[in-house]
Amino acid sequence: MTFKPKIVAFLCNWCAYAGADLAGTSRLRYPANIVPIRVMCSGRIDPEFILEAFERGADGVFVGGCHPGDCHYVSGNLRARRRVEILKKLLKEMGIDPKRLRLEWISASEGQKFAKTVQEFVNDVQGLHGLA
Amino acid sequence: MYWGAGCGGCDVSLLGVHEDIIDLLKEVEIVFWPCAMDFLHEDLQKMEDGSIDIVFYNGAVRTQENEEMLRILRRKAKILVAYGSCAIEGCVIGLANLSKREEIFESVYLNSETTKNAQRVVPGTGKLELTPVLPYLKTLDQVVEVDAKIPGCPPPTPVLKEALSALLEGRTEFGKDTALCDECPRKDSKPEKIEVERFYRWHEKEDDGSCFIARGIICIGPSTRAGCAGECVSAGIPCTGCMGPVPKVENQGAAILSAIASILNEKLDEKKESEIIASINDAVGTFYKYSAAKLLPEGRWKDERA
Repeated sequence: MTFKPKIVAFLCNWCAYAGADLAGTSRLRYPANIVPIRVMCSGRIDPEFILEAFERGADGVFVGGCHPGDCHYVSGNLRARRRVEILKKLLKEMGIDPKRLRLEWISASEGQKFAKTVQEFVNDVQGLHGLA
Repeated sequence: MYWGAGCGGCDVSLLGVHEDIIDLLKEVEIVFWPCAMDFLHEDLQKMEDGSIDIVFYNGAVRTQENEEMLRILRRKAKILVAYGSCAIEGCVIGLANLSKREEIFESVYLNSETTKNAQRVVPGTGKLELTPVLPYLKTLDQVVEVDAKIPGCPPPTPVLKEALSALLEGRTEFGKDTALCDECPRKDSKPEKIEVERFYRWHEKEDDGSCFIARGIICIGPSTRAGCAGECVSAGIPCTGCMGPVPKVENQGAAILSAIASILNEKLDEKKESEIIASINDAVGTFYKYSAAKLLPEGRWKDERA
């Protein structure tokens, strides 16, 4: 039985989630392995959410935010960037491949980028096998 | 009071009440304290269930004996108190959960430089019957229901005094619900906005008596429960988080990780940012020094590649 990765995707309301919506309305195909969770800003994402996602069975976590400089709340995405970077260090020390956590900047008009990145990420996590 | 997997400091810390211990001993009858008094396992077994008003269990659950004793004490106790960081969140020995038991044995009994162990004796082999070491360290609440907890490594005197008087009145909720910053002796030197451009280790910068984090020295105070009145900071070292998380926060390490990420100067470019973050050594040991035990679920994950 082929392993099907479970991915949790935290997407910011103004950019990444809108981009995901655009992918949908444009009828672009991307894997159904992701569970999108809309947050108002990528800066809202507490490292605790990401760690809990892994704890509860996610094989990969995707964080989508606005491009730096475009954050609806000015600098929330910059905080997300740093939190993800330190978290990757932590994951590595815990014995979890940091490639399971991916941060992408996706604007509201980048439906194609969303679909493409999700496909790539699912492939990557597939290669890493299940986390439990 | 019973001592599970711990360093023994918590038993000693009971003396932190100093002369008050004389009055304390007039109010209570100690029925079981293997560390300090001559009680045997059989004495405990003979007690009726629920007959011990307050049981302090310090240390974590690392061996089968720790677990068995915990279950027995839970039955005999009216109020079971997790005493000290080991019992509550695993403390420093919880870092062992980053490795498998077999890896630990190899490191300690076989591969360390000064060990000569040609017969490869590890606990469990050999003639001596020892209580089995569990695959992972557990905190008390992962085994039984805990009624109260006294945080700290070990619980500092003000925390202990408050806890003891509350418990003697039958209250199981006590302690502060703010972070250390709230009562830190260096609180006034905290600037309006913190913009760090570099992290320093404590010994790399001369102490000028001001807020550590504002000067780039990582201090766990912002995500640590208040109560100790900033003992360590008063002595000139940053907080390492021994009082555990602020109530209602479950993940102490994630909270401080998030805070540290937030205080970097926003004008830094991505490359500089990465460099600064790369300079943090040992993320687990720094952010989860006392709370690593539950960082991974039981049965640690292992990243495998084909």
